[in-house]
Amino acid sequence: MDYATCHDLIDAHYLDSLTTLALVAELEEAFDVTIPTVEIIPANFNSAEAMWTMVVRLQEEG
Amino acid sequence: MTSYCSLLYLAVFLPAVVLIHRILPQRLRWAALLAASYAFFWSVSGKLLVFLLLSTVSIHHFGLWLTVEQQSRDNQLASAAPPDRKKIRQRFTRRLRAILLLAVLVQAGTLLTLKYAAFFSTNLNHLLNALRLPVNVPVPSFLLPIGISFYTLQAVSYLTDVYRGAIRADRNLARLMLFLGFFPQIMEGPICRYGQTADQLWAGRPVTWQGLTFGMQRILYGMIKKIVIADRLNLLIKTVFNDYTNFSGGIIALATVCYTCQLYMDFSGTMDVVIGSAEIFGVRLPENFRQPFFSRSISEFWQRWHISLGAWLKDYVFYPLSMSGPLKKLTGAARRRLGNHYGPLISGTVALGVVWLLNGLWHGAGWHYLFFGFYHFVLILAGSLFEPVAQRLTAFLHIDRTCLPYRIFQTVRTALLVCVGELFFRANGLRAGLAMFRTMVTDFSVEPFVNGGFLSLGMDKYDFFITLVAVGLVFAVGLLRERGLSLREAVAQRPLAVRWPVYYAAFLFLVIFGAYGVGYVPVDPIYAAF
Repeated sequence: MDYATCHDLIDAHYLDSLTTLALVAELEEAFDVTIPTVEIIPANFNSAEAMWTMVVRLQEEG
Repeated sequence: MTSYCSLLYLAVFLPAVVLIHRILPQRLRWAALLAASYAFFWSVSGKLLVFLLLSTVSIHHFGLWLTVEQQSRDNQLASAAPPDRKKIRQRFTRRLRAILLLAVLVQAGTLLTLKYAAFFSTNLNHLLNALRLPVNVPVPSFLLPIGISFYTLQAVSYLTDVYRGAIRADRNLARLMLFLGFFPQIMEGPICRYGQTADQLWAGRPVTWQGLTFGMQRILYGMIKKIVIADRLNLLIKTVFNDYTNFSGGIIALATVCYTCQLYMDFSGTMDVVIGSAEIFGVRLPENFRQPFFSRSISEFWQRWHISLGAWLKDYVFYPLSMSGPLKKLTGAARRRLGNHYGPLISGTVALGVVWLLNGLWHGAGWHYLFFGFYHFVLILAGSLFEPVAQRLTAFLHIDRTCLPYRIFQTVRTALLVCVGELFFRANGLRAGLAMFRTMVTDFSVEPFVNGGFLSLGMDKYDFFITLVAVGLVFAVGLLRERGLSLREAVAQRPLAVRWPVYYAAFLFLVIFGAYGVGYVPVDPIYAAF
C-alpha cells in the first residue's frame, strides 16, 4: 500500500479513527497548526495531497 | 403498521404514497412526503407524534438562534480593529457553546427521560436497598415514540453542524420536518445528516421507471433476508434464549450463531426495504451496511455494521472529545514518552470508552447492553494495542498477512468474536448472558447435532435447508459486492428474457419460502425497538 499515492485512505478504511487521531497529532506538531474537529472529514484525509492542502489552508488562516 | 415488511406498508401505504407523489406537480411533492411521514408516525405511535413535532420545532428555533449569533459575530468582527477580534471571537464562542449545550440538553434530555428514567431509578433503588436506606424513588413508565433514538441523533447532528458552520440553519420548518420525519427512515434509520438528505427530499424528484424498478428490487432483496431467513430463525432463538438453563453448550452456541445471523438479516434486510422505498422517490439514503461479515478485525466490523451510528459517534463524540483541550495535551505528552502509536492511543482510549458506553446505552436501558459496549471497547482497544506485536509475530513466523488462508482466519475469528458479543446483546439480562456463555464454554457437546436434538427447537431439516440456501445467496451477493460488482445493475443490462425470469424467481422464492402464515408469528423489526 503506497500512502503517497493512495487517494482513498479514509473511504477505503486504511485509516481508522485511532490512526487518524495519531495523524492529526503528528500534523499539528510538524506544521504548527491547530486542526479543528470540523476539519476531520474524509475529503481532508483521503490522501497525502488533501492533507497538505488542508495544512496550507490552516496555516494561511492563522 | 408496525413494520416496513408488513403487507399494509408494502401493498397499501407505499403504493398510495407513490401514486399521490406521481400525480402531484413537483412543487407539491414534498407535501405528499411530509403528510405521508406524519401519517406513518401517527399510525405507529399515535399521540406521541407530539414529541417529534416538539423536537423539530425546537431544533428549528435553536438553529436559527445559532445563526443569528453567528451573523452578529461576523458583523462585529468585520467592523472591529484587529486587536479586538480575539475577544469578540471568545465572547461569541462562549455564547454559541451555551446555546448548543442547551439545545442538545433539550433533545438528549427528552430521550434520556423517556428511555432511561426507569432503568436509572430501578438501579438507584437497588443501591438504596443495598445501603439499607429506607427510601425508594418512584420508577416511571413512559411510552416511547417510534424512532426517538434515531431522530434525536439526527437533530443533534443538525444543531452541531450549524454550530460548527458546516451548514446553514434552515429557515424552512417544513423542510426540517421532512428531514427528521421522512417515513422510510424514521423507524430504524439510517441516521442521516442534514446535508445528505434535506435537499433531496425537498427537490420533489419525479418517480422514474428506473427508480421504481431499482427500488422494488432492493425491497424484494430485503424482504428475502427478513422473511425467509430472519423470521424463520426466530422460534429457535426464542426457545433457547428464554429457557437457556435447559440446554447444553452446543445448542446455546447454535442459538448464538442463529441470532447473529437473524440480527444481520433483520436489520440489513429492513435497511434494504428502507433504502429501496426512498429510491422510488428519487432519494438516495446512505448505506448502513457493507458486508460486515467479511471484516478482518472488530474495528473494521464496526466500519461496516450500522455505519451511520458508528459515523455519528465518531464525528460527534469521539473526535470532539479526543480533540478537546485536556485530551489533546495528554496526547502531546504521551506521544513524546510512548511514541506515535501508543501515545495517541491513551487519549483515544478515553474517548473510545465514552463512545462504547454511549453505543451500549443507545441500544437499550440494560446492563447487558452496557456489557456489549464494554466488550467491543476492549476488543478494539486490544486490537490497537497488540497490532505492532501481531505484525512482529507474523513477520517472525514468515506468515504473509495478505495471503488468503490468513485473511480467512482473521475473518472467521472476527465473526466468532462478534457472535459472542451478540449472545450478551440478545440475552435476557446480563446474568443470563454470563450463564449462557459459561454453559457454552464449559458444557459444549456435539451430541444434540449427532442425535438430531437440535431439530426439536422450532426448526426442522426443511427450515435449516432453506435458511442455508438463502444465507448462501446473500453471501454470494456480498462476495460480488466485495469485488465491486452490482448484481442489480448486471441483471438490468441483460435482455428482457433474462431479466424478468430472475425477478420472478426472486419473488417466488420469497412467496414460497418466506416464514409467514400458519406456524409462524410475524416478527417486529429488531432495531425498531431501540
